[in-house]
Amino acid sequence: MTMQEPKSFASSDSSENGLFKVALPTRYNFDRIFVIATWAATLFGLVVLAVLSIDVLVDGLPRLNWSFLISYPSRRPSIAGILSPLIGSIWLLVVTALIAFPLGVGAAIFLEEYSTDNWFTRLIEINIANLAAVPSIIYGLLGLQVFVRWMLPITAGRSILSGALTLTLLILPIIIVASREALRTVPSSLRQAGYALGATRWQVIREHVFPLALPGILTGTILALSRAIGETAPLIVIGALTFITFLPPISPKGLQSPFTALPIQIFDWVSRPQAAFHNNAAAGIIVLMLLLLLMNATAILLRNKFQQSR
Amino acid sequence: MFSQNTRLASVASILALALAVTSCSSNGGNQASSPSPTGAANTPGGGDTAVNTTNTSNTTTSNLSGNVTVDGSSTVFPISEAMAEEFQKANPGVKVTVGKSGTGGGFKKFCNGETDISNASRPIKPEEVDLCKKGNVEYVELPVAYDGLSVVVNPQNTFAQCLKVDELKKMWEPTAQAKVTTWNQIRPSFPNERIGLYGPGTDSGTYDFFTKAIVGEEGKSRGDYTASEDDNTLVQGVSADKGGIAFFGYAYYAENKDKLKLVAIDGGKGCVEPSEATINDGTYQPLARPEFIYVKKTAASRPEVKAFVEYMLAPANKKLISEVGYVPLPDELLTEVQARFQAGKVGSIFEGKGSQVGLTLKDLLKQEK
Amino acid sequence: MTTNPSSTEQINRDLFRPNRQLNKWVELVVKTIFALFALVSVATTIGIVLTLIFETFAFFSEIPIWRFLTDTQWTPRFFNPQYGIFVLISATLLTSTIAISVALPVGLLSAICLSEYAPAKIRRWLKPALEILAGVPTVVFGYFALLLVTPFLQKIIPGLQGFNALSAGLVLGVSIIPLVASLSEDAIYAVPRSLREGAYALGATKRETIVGVVLPSALSGIVASFVLAISRAVGETMIVAIAAGQNPTLGLNPFVPVMTMTAYIVQASLGDTPAGSLAYRTLFAVGMTLFLITLALNIFSFWFVRRFREKYE
Repeated sequence: MTMQEPKSFASSDSSENGLFKVALPTRYNFDRIFVIATWAATLFGLVVLAVLSIDVLVDGLPRLNWSFLISYPSRRPSIAGILSPLIGSIWLLVVTALIAFPLGVGAAIFLEEYSTDNWFTRLIEINIANLAAVPSIIYGLLGLQVFVRWMLPITAGRSILSGALTLTLLILPIIIVASREALRTVPSSLRQAGYALGATRWQVIREHVFPLALPGILTGTILALSRAIGETAPLIVIGALTFITFLPPISPKGLQSPFTALPIQIFDWVSRPQAAFHNNAAAGIIVLMLLLLLMNATAILLRNKFQQSR
Repeated sequence: MFSQNTRLASVASILALALAVTSCSSNGGNQASSPSPTGAANTPGGGDTAVNTTNTSNTTTSNLSGNVTVDGSSTVFPISEAMAEEFQKANPGVKVTVGKSGTGGGFKKFCNGETDISNASRPIKPEEVDLCKKGNVEYVELPVAYDGLSVVVNPQNTFAQCLKVDELKKMWEPTAQAKVTTWNQIRPSFPNERIGLYGPGTDSGTYDFFTKAIVGEEGKSRGDYTASEDDNTLVQGVSADKGGIAFFGYAYYAENKDKLKLVAIDGGKGCVEPSEATINDGTYQPLARPEFIYVKKTAASRPEVKAFVEYMLAPANKKLISEVGYVPLPDELLTEVQARFQAGKVGSIFEGKGSQVGLTLKDLLKQEK
Repeated sequence: MTTNPSSTEQINRDLFRPNRQLNKWVELVVKTIFALFALVSVATTIGIVLTLIFETFAFFSEIPIWRFLTDTQWTPRFFNPQYGIFVLISATLLTSTIAISVALPVGLLSAICLSEYAPAKIRRWLKPALEILAGVPTVVFGYFALLLVTPFLQKIIPGLQGFNALSAGLVLGVSIIPLVASLSEDAIYAVPRSLREGAYALGATKRETIVGVVLPSALSGIVASFVLAISRAVGETMIVAIAAGQNPTLGLNPFVPVMTMTAYIVQASLGDTPAGSLAYRTLFAVGMTLFLITLALNIFSFWFVRRFREKYE
């Protein structure tokens, strides 16, 4: 089985005598090579992830301290911090969530609960599948034209609101798909029971279907938001600034404030030549990744809890 | 693997928190840079009373509040960034945002009324004057520093020590596009190596000035080079490209001396490198030039904008300009500029002709008077 | 049954009076609002198409389309403007090709491993790890490409520039591995057991079963994941903007700085492009080209899936 006879190779040209040669040892050897290849490929991704993490941690950890978190960006790498980008990202996160969650869930409820399988639904489905493949920078161009230029009186141009609206459009398809999946898991007997008791459709959705589907919806929304937080390109296109040393006021006026975000700040630091700024970028990356891990952990916890309760 | 790393990270961040207390106190030491001779010269007869000369001029105005928006030249950006940072430490109520979309880009926003102050590495152009007229924006033109526009190469480049103006022209003129690609085309004694060209983009005043001084016509150059409005990208490109050559404001060379090599320029009177001395005596030609800020007249009446501009023009803050790598204006000239600002003289002393080549400090003083 | 019917009616009337009129109203309002929400996604598509078409049309009214397709240089903002989109397309093609040659084989092999070879315990641990890799923001990969991969490659390849298509392409490939792996794995995992068992019964080894039976059965799903990965590679921005440079050169040399379509959009956005100017319109013309390329890929994927979909009851 393990030893391979060289003869089997020599006599493997079965076309000569029309006989079928099993040549199992050779084939098993190929099997082994194949298994090794698949494992190598799988580990390759993990090794890259490990190298990346170690590289970022080695460069960034020495810079990561409390003052880095509470200082503003600076021309001096040693005293620069990420307060304004961090707060900017959190602003974006909150505003995007507030806009995208109702929009996405509402659309999903409509598609799942209200509409029958007609042309309208199919149009929206094809459309959502299409949007998934549109490069994010195109959303930036859309945001530049629509939110920054046309809606200037409302958004005040290159503001948090413009950024959040752009990101909303970007992640809306993801939220809709995830919410629909979550709604689908709710057994239809529940709905029928509700109708039997004389409840209207909206009452059934509000009181029974939506609460049951909520963990799944939240999981999908959080994952979508974590994608939005890492997006850089659309924000660059709509013109997020890089040097901002103040925080937007915590009021509706803050929506119209110019902003910067973590990925933008990282981009700015990466494109500076000094090594000290690169270390700042690495520290910024650690903060960004921790934020993402925190969000993902929340989503996974929700998912597990949800699966257990079912 | 990953979970271990995150555990490591959390342990380390706890450690870092513990360290933060100590590093906070040491940061305090970092911020007050050593008193420079220029700072000392401003307290005649007075002893060394204050180390923090930067903050003394503003202790009275720390109850200011409001926003100041600055945009424009990436060459002037380091000055504005440094000034904004120190100014905001002294006046925590004021928010200064500084963008860098290039001189041209800055003027477009400025004349649209979007910004209060526009940084410029060249005087305003006729079409920008019209643009500001259309937008009803009146402005006060203030020179703030001098820059020796620097030509740099990769440190491994041993042959390009000094370049003549017409050699630079050969490299950058429009007809060179896709034709001049190796060093030996510039000077036969140079090796047959690929030239990697890096320079600011067309929104940049540095680009306008360089093309006027070297090619002879503003805004005319080849287009097949790595163009970026962010000079940092150019520094990165040249420092990793053996055949690379770039031009940008001296500040970006000063910050990265270990990664770049300065090229001396021969404008007909021998090879001269940019430095404080050669700029002050006017021998670094044709690439020495003044840097400007343009202040919106209506914004200048707002106390926070007024305070910020005065802060930028204060002789006590000259060392911030030296610190980022530019040459501060002599006190005599600063006094003229301050007077100009206080009087609120609108318009440009260059009649909106755009880039001025060969303008020395002495000429500028004459013109200001 | 013994109670007085009139009194029960009385009680019922007191207990429950459904306001059916109001309910109808609420139903209608809710339904309308949610339908509008659903329309937002359609409006997004329409908005994208309209803004792109509008500005692109304005662009082509100034610059003839043949110049856009035949110029051999891309210098739209310079004294001698050239509008050869193929300069940018060639760079995009270069980085995407390098990326795909990494991502497709590695991603597919990972998917096979996850679905066919990995024990359930390890699989439960591998999938989240891949998800983490998928969730890494691309700006982080850009950092990685410029500051780690490029210096490393420069030690091996002497002529490599600081900005180059090779390192950007490789890292871009790594960034889309998880996408290929997870989507292909879903498709492979969905192939029914009976097919595999049939192949074993005919004496095929496990590898032969996978290559000869399972993969062809999952072909449509695998191709769909490949196409999505290709569009991701074409539309990826930060990695190429950070690590590939910004020098518009026509050609397929992976060792020199190049400028992809997305990198041009970023570079032009970093400066200021006033609305209505030709420079502003080039942004949209390039965006339109990018959009059309991804749309074509998408349509191909739709068609392919429809044509080769294996339905298992």
